[in-house]
Amino acid sequence: MVHVVLAGADGREFTGGEGAFDVEATSVRRLILALDQRFPGFGDYVERRMAFAIDGVIHQDAYGAELAPDSEVCLIPKIGGG
Amino acid sequence: MTDVMDRPALKVVGTRPIRPDGVDKVTGRAQFGADFHLPGMLVGKIKRSPHAHARIVSIDTRKARALAGVKAVITAADLPDLASQEYEAGESASNLRDLSQNCMARDKALYQGHALAAVAAVSAQVADEALDLIEVVYEVLPHVIDVEAAMEPSAPVLHAHLFTEGLAERPATASNIAKVNRLGRGDLEAGFGEADVVVQGRYTTKAVHQGYIEPHACVAQVSQDGQCQVWSSSQGQFMVRTYCAKILGLEIADIRVTPAEIGGGFGGKTTVYLEPLALALSRQSGHPVKMVMTREEVFRATGPTSGAVIEVKLGAKQDGTIVAADVVLKYQAGAFPGSPVGAGSMTALAAYDIPNVAITGYDVVTNSPKVAAYRAPGAPISAFGVESAIDDLARELGMDPIVLREKNGVVSGVKAVYGPTYRDIGYLETLKAIKDHPHYAAPLGPNQGRGVAVGFWFNVGGESTAAVHVNEDGSAVVVTGNPDIGGSRASMAMMAAEVLGLPVEQVRPIVADTASIGFSMLTGGSRTTFATGMAVTQAAGKIVEDVKRRAALIWDTTVDKVAWESGQAVCLDATKSAVKPLTLAAIAAQAGRTGGPISAEVSLNAQGAGPGFAVHLCDVEIDRETGHVTVVRYTAAQDVGRAIHPAYVEGQIQGGVAQGVGWALNEEYIFDADGQMENAGFLDYRVPVASDLPMIDAVLVEVPNPRHPFGAKGVGEAPIVPPLAAVANAVRDALGVRMCDLPLSPPKIRAVVDGLAS
Repeated sequence: MVHVVLAGADGREFTGGEGAFDVEATSVRRLILALDQRFPGFGDYVERRMAFAIDGVIHQDAYGAELAPDSEVCLIPKIGGG
Repeated sequence: MTDVMDRPALKVVGTRPIRPDGVDKVTGRAQFGADFHLPGMLVGKIKRSPHAHARIVSIDTRKARALAGVKAVITAADLPDLASQEYEAGESASNLRDLSQNCMARDKALYQGHALAAVAAVSAQVADEALDLIEVVYEVLPHVIDVEAAMEPSAPVLHAHLFTEGLAERPATASNIAKVNRLGRGDLEAGFGEADVVVQGRYTTKAVHQGYIEPHACVAQVSQDGQCQVWSSSQGQFMVRTYCAKILGLEIADIRVTPAEIGGGFGGKTTVYLEPLALALSRQSGHPVKMVMTREEVFRATGPTSGAVIEVKLGAKQDGTIVAADVVLKYQAGAFPGSPVGAGSMTALAAYDIPNVAITGYDVVTNSPKVAAYRAPGAPISAFGVESAIDDLARELGMDPIVLREKNGVVSGVKAVYGPTYRDIGYLETLKAIKDHPHYAAPLGPNQGRGVAVGFWFNVGGESTAAVHVNEDGSAVVVTGNPDIGGSRASMAMMAAEVLGLPVEQVRPIVADTASIGFSMLTGGSRTTFATGMAVTQAAGKIVEDVKRRAALIWDTTVDKVAWESGQAVCLDATKSAVKPLTLAAIAAQAGRTGGPISAEVSLNAQGAGPGFAVHLCDVEIDRETGHVTVVRYTAAQDVGRAIHPAYVEGQIQGGVAQGVGWALNEEYIFDADGQMENAGFLDYRVPVASDLPMIDAVLVEVPNPRHPFGAKGVGEAPIVPPLAAVANAVRDALGVRMCDLPLSPPKIRAVVDGLAS
């Protein structure tokens, strides 16, 4: 199971305040679908607003990124810059 | 991925060739946004609100339209009334309604300088006359600019539809607080309970502008068949294309945007102001339209970064272990939501491994220009508060400020306060570089003080396209879709040259228009050398594979018996011992016989950017008579991954320091009681010039990012993060008094000196 962590308060309105949970997924796309199934609307929110730190490596908009069974995915706000 | 990086000796990467755009720039030939001309071109100008907050009762343009020489007049009524919708263009999502209404006010003017109408005329004089003939009836409303005043329940509300996001329950009334961010871990109360020492402070910063030398400028042309062309200086031609299409209701395929040379952006040119209006004016008039902002317009109507309030409380054990940190950040967003408080929150404590943390950020709309990105958006502001408090903590504990930071510093494997686990970071190495530098032990003179501060920036990757074409003589062209705002052309050419085995002088880097190269996100977030460089490297790699195949064809052998060494194909086939290596030029000369032109294009979405840490050391000298602060010595170390072109990296660091010093000592938006900006020009808005600064010693610490073919990390943003606090900490050291409100301008210094004297 992939361990999902919400570092901040962003998105917790969808998760009932939960900040960490386990999800069955082998890719970012499947993770988004699983999150949406578990917390309706959350997958869409994650797609629009969040980046994925997969075992410490930050991915933005990366459906194909693979997840290992013991991966930790930290959801953080998407990052821009100047 | 790491095969190139692991080569024993790089021949081009890490050297300092002459910049490919240098000659044109120093001889004045480079074509910036305002340099472009078309036959029959009109001059476009903008009517702007004189009020900081007003309802627009009516706009009567009839007299302006009737003026001889006026060819077009537009207001918001000429643009689609867009619904609230987030749309990704450039690097992150923007609300299209807000973007459109920032380009042209619809119902309310939300800041002095907000665009209300635009004209296109045969000359600047006629255009100015036409602006004077536009009659606007206003209902002037109370305004609010101060961030904390705007948060008050009694404050004038800018947007009746704005309800605070991020609260447990949707509020019942509209508010200027667009969003509350919360970030944290551990048990804050228990953490402070363990602390032997607690320090706290309240710090403020003023809105400051990116201060790019080149004002916004563009030329737009709409043909009779609806095909649109734009020439403008921006940080992303694809961003300009998308935003123009959305704001005007056009098809993306009908717009072609050509990037001009850019005279500085620093984040401020990651959005549009003029381009949609110039297109609308051209569409109405049937002529090309040129629009160029004055410096005053740049200050009054384009995005500065936020003014802010930062509250910091730190708790530590006597041995220096920081056990708790509570940070509150309140950032001005300007007229529409979207301050960089999110990034400010995430970066505030990113350099520290602290078990109990709470960070709360407020995004607050105010009657001032909508903020735009500015190098490491949000991070210098929060770092100013945190690094000032860390300095006070070191004094309270009697510890060396670098030793305190080393004791609490993050390393690979540690979980960042903002969530992810760090990998391949070089923070402690960067601290050591400063601790070991001769500057750190150098004696100080009278009235001098020394300050240390650190900074962090994520760096990002993202979508990029690059093409490499080999010419008939074996030289090459590298084509990308990223405007060169900090030396990226040089680094692109160098990475391609390294892979191809060519001298860098034989690789010509080009920044193409939107019809000539695939999509690239804009140049920003310190992403281009990382992400576009990855695309360039992969495209060059495809070229190498292709020319090896062609060499095999020429030699009548198999491709596995061909190696690419030092820019030439070498035959490994023992049965062909008589053949000589083939250079790229030799293979290019036979391109027609071996498959046609030699060319490759790669599009990718680069992931895995490595974060950057910066550690700065600043010495100041205080003139106690005038209150003037002189930065007398400055050393800046940064983990840069691997420097592709070290001189450019040093330049990025020096530029970031210069801007940060200006932010610390002089720069600020000053508003009068009516919300009018009083210093909208470089005479009164004082940016540092060369004579204000010492030579800034840039120290490059190279801890490679294994996810980039040459180990590069973004370098353009981390260096602006520490200077605010580094300067403030040096002033604290010199004066013996903590000053918490930027800028540390002469009147404020004098007030402290006078207070000490009395």
